[in-house]
Amino acid sequence: MASEEMEQLVRREYKEGFVTDIESDTVPPGLDENTIAFISKKKGEPEWMLEWRLKAYHQWLKMTPPSWAHLDYPPIDYQAISYYSAPKRDEDRPQSLDEVDPKLLETYEKLGIPLHERAALAGVAVDAVFDSVSVTTTFREKLGEAGVIFCSMSEAIRDYPELVKQYLGSVVPQGDNYFAALNSAVFTDGSFVFVPEGVTCPMELSTYFRINERNTGQFERTLIVCESRAQVSYLEGCTAPQRDENQLHAAVVELVALEDAYIKYSTVQNWYPGDEDGKGGIYNFVTKRGDCRGDRSRISWTQVETGSAITWKYPSCVLRGKHSIGEFYSVAVTNGRQQADTGTKMIHIGEGTRSTIVSKGISAGRADQSYRGLVKIGPRAKNARNFTQCDSLLIGDQCGAHTFPYQEIGNSTATVEHEATTSKIGEDQLFYCQSRGISEEDAVSMIVNGFCKDVFQELPMEFAVEAEALLNVTLEGAVG
Amino acid sequence: MSDVQSPSDDVQRFLARLAQRNAGRGPEPTWITARRQAGAARFEAMGFPHRRVENWKYTDVRAISRGDFAFSDDASFSPATAAALTLPIEAHRITFVDGVFSAALSQLDELPAGVSLLPLSQALDENHEAVGGPLGRLTGVEFSPFAALNTACMEEGAVLRLAPGTLVDKPIIVQFLSRANDAPVMSHPRILVEAGARSQATVIEHHVGEPEAANFTNLVEEIILERGAILTHYKLQEAPLADLHVASIHVEQGRDSRFTSFNLNLGGGLVRNDLITELNGQGAEATFNGLFYGQGRQHVDNHTLANHNAPHTTSNENYKGILDDRAHGVFNGKVVVKRDSQKIEGYQSNANLLLSDRAEIDAKPELEIYADDVKCSHGTTTGQLDEEAVFALRTRGIDTQTARGLLTLAFAGEVLEQVGLDAIAERVERAVAGKLPERFNLTGLVETAAALDEMAGE
Repeated sequence: MASEEMEQLVRREYKEGFVTDIESDTVPPGLDENTIAFISKKKGEPEWMLEWRLKAYHQWLKMTPPSWAHLDYPPIDYQAISYYSAPKRDEDRPQSLDEVDPKLLETYEKLGIPLHERAALAGVAVDAVFDSVSVTTTFREKLGEAGVIFCSMSEAIRDYPELVKQYLGSVVPQGDNYFAALNSAVFTDGSFVFVPEGVTCPMELSTYFRINERNTGQFERTLIVCESRAQVSYLEGCTAPQRDENQLHAAVVELVALEDAYIKYSTVQNWYPGDEDGKGGIYNFVTKRGDCRGDRSRISWTQVETGSAITWKYPSCVLRGKHSIGEFYSVAVTNGRQQADTGTKMIHIGEGTRSTIVSKGISAGRADQSYRGLVKIGPRAKNARNFTQCDSLLIGDQCGAHTFPYQEIGNSTATVEHEATTSKIGEDQLFYCQSRGISEEDAVSMIVNGFCKDVFQELPMEFAVEAEALLNVTLEGAVG
Repeated sequence: MSDVQSPSDDVQRFLARLAQRNAGRGPEPTWITARRQAGAARFEAMGFPHRRVENWKYTDVRAISRGDFAFSDDASFSPATAAALTLPIEAHRITFVDGVFSAALSQLDELPAGVSLLPLSQALDENHEAVGGPLGRLTGVEFSPFAALNTACMEEGAVLRLAPGTLVDKPIIVQFLSRANDAPVMSHPRILVEAGARSQATVIEHHVGEPEAANFTNLVEEIILERGAILTHYKLQEAPLADLHVASIHVEQGRDSRFTSFNLNLGGGLVRNDLITELNGQGAEATFNGLFYGQGRQHVDNHTLANHNAPHTTSNENYKGILDDRAHGVFNGKVVVKRDSQKIEGYQSNANLLLSDRAEIDAKPELEIYADDVKCSHGTTTGQLDEEAVFALRTRGIDTQTARGLLTLAFAGEVLEQVGLDAIAERVERAVAGKLPERFNLTGLVETAAALDEMAGE
């Protein structure tokens, strides 16, 4: 079928591949205690934060990179990475959008995310992370009125040390895993959200991440805390410019939901996946975990993963509070030589806890994709309930789709269901659409979108539109 | 055994037993000696598996590794006990007591033409080269530390050969009796089945023993099905509750062959089964049926793997588990579709019932797929009985607990109704009914069934 057309589309260059030239002061590549001290000093951190980082570093030294994932990549030289880069004028950071470096705004324009427009029209506060340091934060005042704290992690460490001390590392401890330990030692910035008791955050919060400096890993640290009866919806999205070297991204996201709190965390991930030989793509090793600490709390992860050469990511929920709820909705698309090992963990500890997992994997080209999930029901989790559905769609005969679901059930009152299917787009489905005058490409796009619908409808409106477009772009030309 | 022992001490203890045994051994063909050495070296290098190894994540083998097991040469067994333990099925039978061949308890005199069933030692004596080719071809020393240990220690077992086109009239029972010894013993039996083209047979592997027995069996079984061969394989595990059992069954399927497995696990204290099929020829079909019932502190681990190496192959799997008390069940099913193996169907289903809050099940149904024209699915559920079904029975005047008991029995029945041999299906169903907790009030039912049977027998 239309193989020339397919070739053409597959070869289509990454639309968002460009480099913005902003002078950075970057530390020389390498990692030791001095690097960490440099980062900490550069960010003007208090002594306890440096100690916290060093503790993580010492644990990291004793660890070995995980090898269990169904991924194939050359070993990473952690000494070849530069661990800090920040836009140069650190002291006189812009106070409003007008003061923002025009080049940065240009970058956003190219991405199709006009910051001011977005802020004004969509009413979304944007904490734009550009090369590790937050350049601008909007709508802070409006949020302040509601009592919501939304700032960069560095500011949080400076302005709300008690909150940070209390919650940082309480969900993902420093020594949790290899990449979390690395992140804890060298994280440069990220977002901090605190929603106090009874407050529903008046707007959706959003951060755009970009990796921009050559050879710098991006180590983001995000912490979201919702006190009793508080609610927040957080959006994270990313695109990255084209590169030759593989870039390491090891983020940590921690969510804490106290009694009756609700956190909705949505991600659209579109890091550069590498060229057609898989060269130059981003390595994405992310630790995301939510802790439903209070009774009846709820944490919901929604993700659309289309980018990265390597994805290693398992957003999880620890359901500690009674009747707490964990949700995971995911669409992962791999094309070219992308590899993804992704899934979730639902740890049921409290009574009456419920979790839902819906994972849709689409594998095309020569990509390999795995769903790896754990559902664990502890002995005290009476009447716990889990439903898992993971479906894979294969496009082309050179790709792979794998499912590795783990179930560990230690309670007789638990109900755990898992179902999975793997198939290709049905010839009859295609034929049906084509007989109605729909082109093959459109038909595939339609079928794939239908396949992902369960997840897309969980996304906030703006994201859903973006995600659908992204999916079409990613799969363009994959059909043959 | 004290806790201060290091894992390497455990390995050395087993190797010392082996060295002692080797010293007393007569001359052997060189290939056997070479394999023993390779097996021992591999076992020493790998050591006993620990729970950080993915394949052994949920199974702790320290009950085995910390034990001290002697080799046995004694095939004596009380004939009366043996008769009571033997399956009441008209069959050809080869019997081993603690891994040692017992000619007295075997029944090998009526084998039809084209069927050869020999103890391994005899098969080696007659023509060791004919055994050396296929033996160990499917399960090498690399497969697992236990396979390596088996290769180093193997002495006895069963060799079944079916000439092309042979249809075996009666089932063939390979019986393993475990005896209550003063000190525990170990055995490393091998089973080798070579089914010629278009041959057809039913093999029943039966593990049973004296209630007080506490031995370690480390079995390696290899089954080769030539083009169009049909084999139904039962593994009925009724070993004593203190018996330790590690076994692998590795099947190689040629074109249009059909392999049906029934893995019915009721006994054994620690049981680990690996069931692997290589679907190498187009049209090959494998069906894995499994039922495991665990109570007390039983640990039952079933790992299955269907390797679709050729296009147009089918695998179908259905495993059910019931766990009571502090029993621990593990199910790991895997379907692998190799690149270019198109037009594959692979189905997997696993359902588990927990009857106690201290029982645990760890399930991991995996799919690994490298081809796109496939239909693969798996489902696994763990939960309680359908409340509507319980209600339906209650409206018929059956009390809640009995209703639950009956439904639990019906849950097991879904596997048992696939069983072709009524004697086995009934035996297992009766055993499950007898094992169900007293609260289910099924004792009366079991007794009535037994009484009815007796009346029919008279």
